[in-house]
Amino acid sequence: MTALTTRLPSRFLPVLATVVLFALTFGVGSVRYEGFASGQVIANLFIDNAFLIVLAVGMTFVILSGGIDLSVGSVVALSTMVTAAGLRAGWPVPLVIIAVLVIGSTLGLLMGLVIHKFDIQPFIVTLAGMFLARGLCFLISVESVSIKDTTFRSVATAVIELPGGVTITYNVVIAVLVVLAALYVLHRTRFGRATYAVGGNEQSALLMGLPTARVKVGVYVISGFCSALAGLLFSLYMLSGYGLHAVGMELDAIAAVVIGGTLLAGGVGYVLGSLTGVLVLGTIQTLISFQGTLSSWWTKIVIGALLLVFIAVQRGMIRGRRRQGAVAA
Amino acid sequence: MTESSPPIVEMRGISLAFPGVKALQDVDFRLFPGEVHALMGENGAGKSTLIKTLTGVHTPDSGSVLLAGESVAFSSPGQAQQAGISTVYQEVNLCANLTVAENILLGREPRKFGGIDFPAMRARAAEVLARIGVHIDPASVLETHPIAVQQLVAIARAIAVDCRVLVLDEPTSSLDAGEVAELFRIMRVLRDEGVAILFVSHFLDQVYEIADRMTVLRNGTLVGEHLTKDLDRRALISAMIGRELGALEAIEDASERHSVSGPVLVRAEGLGRRGAIAPFDLDIRAGEVVGLAGLLGSGRTELARLLFGADKADSGRLIVDGTPLHLRGPRSAIAAGIAFCSEDRKGEGLVADLSIRDNLVLAMQAARGWSRPVPRKLKDQLVEKYLAALDIRPANPDALVRTLSGGNQQKVLLARWLVTEPRLLILDEPTRGIDIGAKAQIQQLVTTLAAEGTAVLFISAEMEEVVRIADRIVVLRDRHKIAELDGGSTIDQVVELIAGDPVPEEVAS
Repeated sequence: MTALTTRLPSRFLPVLATVVLFALTFGVGSVRYEGFASGQVIANLFIDNAFLIVLAVGMTFVILSGGIDLSVGSVVALSTMVTAAGLRAGWPVPLVIIAVLVIGSTLGLLMGLVIHKFDIQPFIVTLAGMFLARGLCFLISVESVSIKDTTFRSVATAVIELPGGVTITYNVVIAVLVVLAALYVLHRTRFGRATYAVGGNEQSALLMGLPTARVKVGVYVISGFCSALAGLLFSLYMLSGYGLHAVGMELDAIAAVVIGGTLLAGGVGYVLGSLTGVLVLGTIQTLISFQGTLSSWWTKIVIGALLLVFIAVQRGMIRGRRRQGAVAA
Repeated sequence: MTESSPPIVEMRGISLAFPGVKALQDVDFRLFPGEVHALMGENGAGKSTLIKTLTGVHTPDSGSVLLAGESVAFSSPGQAQQAGISTVYQEVNLCANLTVAENILLGREPRKFGGIDFPAMRARAAEVLARIGVHIDPASVLETHPIAVQQLVAIARAIAVDCRVLVLDEPTSSLDAGEVAELFRIMRVLRDEGVAILFVSHFLDQVYEIADRMTVLRNGTLVGEHLTKDLDRRALISAMIGRELGALEAIEDASERHSVSGPVLVRAEGLGRRGAIAPFDLDIRAGEVVGLAGLLGSGRTELARLLFGADKADSGRLIVDGTPLHLRGPRSAIAAGIAFCSEDRKGEGLVADLSIRDNLVLAMQAARGWSRPVPRKLKDQLVEKYLAALDIRPANPDALVRTLSGGNQQKVLLARWLVTEPRLLILDEPTRGIDIGAKAQIQQLVTTLAAEGTAVLFISAEMEEVVRIADRIVVLRDRHKIAELDGGSTIDQVVELIAGDPVPEEVAS
């Protein structure tokens, strides 16, 4: 076996598939609809999905470590609620931002600790977290609270002009920064590599002397932080706080991560894949709005079909890998 | 290995109990710098537990551990590693999804400007690999390498730190002869550098080849510490199993061969699968033990998987009781009375988190269907019968399978299939990684089963075992069936066939 053949491109296959899928869906749109293939449509993909990108980044950490976080949608809702209620109460914007981020991270920390210390399935713990955060929203207010703070509104409506007349919002800048930070952490820091190791084989990682506890709790803190940040971005996007915001958004995030090629079993995946996954979801949505006559529920149907296909592909990959291992043994 | 230098590791009066099991009782152990020290004992004797106590996985209930004269208490493998104790476990405990370099240096990656310095990491990994004479691309992904290479990578990881004590827990169980020689070469290099090596293996030949000193454990207690040259094999074996060798030989005598002329139970005609095993013919008679001999990768397991329907054959057919049987999967094989004891007992055979009782009942329940629960009384009868028949220890039906030693897990797996009363029992490496006592018991059981009319297909990498136990030996090479020998054959004959010229048409008998 030479060094060349041992570098299997198979692990990049799902990500590549996602990129091809994105190119395809976008290509279809460009051919069928005039004005689809413009810089602004791409920029809008980012603008309309900035919060989902941030959410998917946090979810990527959790899924890479072999876990799952169902609470993120509710934490987004709670964050919009805290933002709106805080601003209504006259808190300064920086204080609101800090409060939201601290609340989100703390919720993540608590869930991570419960998962680790009591060795409970992440699915159950974060399901509990999901109900808890959703319930807390209605403790603050059962009504939708609109945001009237002028500083906040000015940030929300401010646009940055890029060359070519394309405009983006500050949301996009933050989302891109989060993606870059995640890239650095996952690939350049020990914490990131340990996350991959824990997702690959937790028992081995422990026996190799890696700080598995820190990783297992840490990924939920990161996910909580990302959810809170996504909540802030969502507040900027919607300019209101409401307990029924972002219902089911955790599933969109998981869908984006999986379509982006991250193995649900953990250990394999890339942030850029998740980003592409979000863009694929966004493109499908844009396509359907350009089409005009289809109901927006078609988005869900297409996403469902895509998810099925991608999970089947992953299954095949795992099976192929196992067979390879069996022959080697 | 001089006694004059003080021991690097000294464990005194170590005791440790798990729920229902006294794993270690007042065990002393010492390890000197620059020696290879073998830890010997049957399965369940407490070898792994003692090692895990040393490496910080378990904390002893009482007793003390001294490292270079200082009392230490590790609460995690990470701490033990930092103190210079590195461990390579029986199963390769690495992350197959990461690169070779990362697996060697994970947790201590070289850093630059706060981030991991990948070029430096690859260079350092290559350096460590070169030290033990392994030449593979550090940037390649671990899972693309065979298990044997992964094992060497695990050793590279162990010595990448300043390692004073290297623990090798059955590192050779998945290696072939050449790879073992390579491992021993590496071990000698490290020993001469002054590393203290703790070595566990079930292969006595290997122990006598490499070890300077040995400590024998039995049932969680210390039997004795000896220099290898002072303890001959007979004495070692009696120390390990605590009974006279005569008893062992009696068991072996009981497994005498006999020629079988019963009806053909299972017949394969041109059965094959591309890439796994070339088409072969095979008859297995009721009450017959057929041995499969061949090297690692010769297609032994692949052949068995075809018979069991775990893989689909793409040529030929399978005839059971004179009628062709189309195997759609293991379910139809089980329905036809074929049982398959996989070599990967952890991954494919047992449910580790269930009790012995539940594991036994599982297969039977599957055979009965979910609507007919197994009565408690029948369960108890069965469990009691097989606990006794196979001498499973601890003889506590509620003990979790996870807590049993490898040999006892193997027996539970075997018992689980026996509960379904199969007509053809396929045993894939049933004695790998288990001790002599349990081995003899399993061999005896195979003979007894055959005498009762069960057909057995016995796969083992140990030729001796195959030759001793089988009524007929099927020899495989390079995924071809090359010969069939009758039971009177010797190891030499088998080895000659396997090593012979590649002319598979010249078949004996």
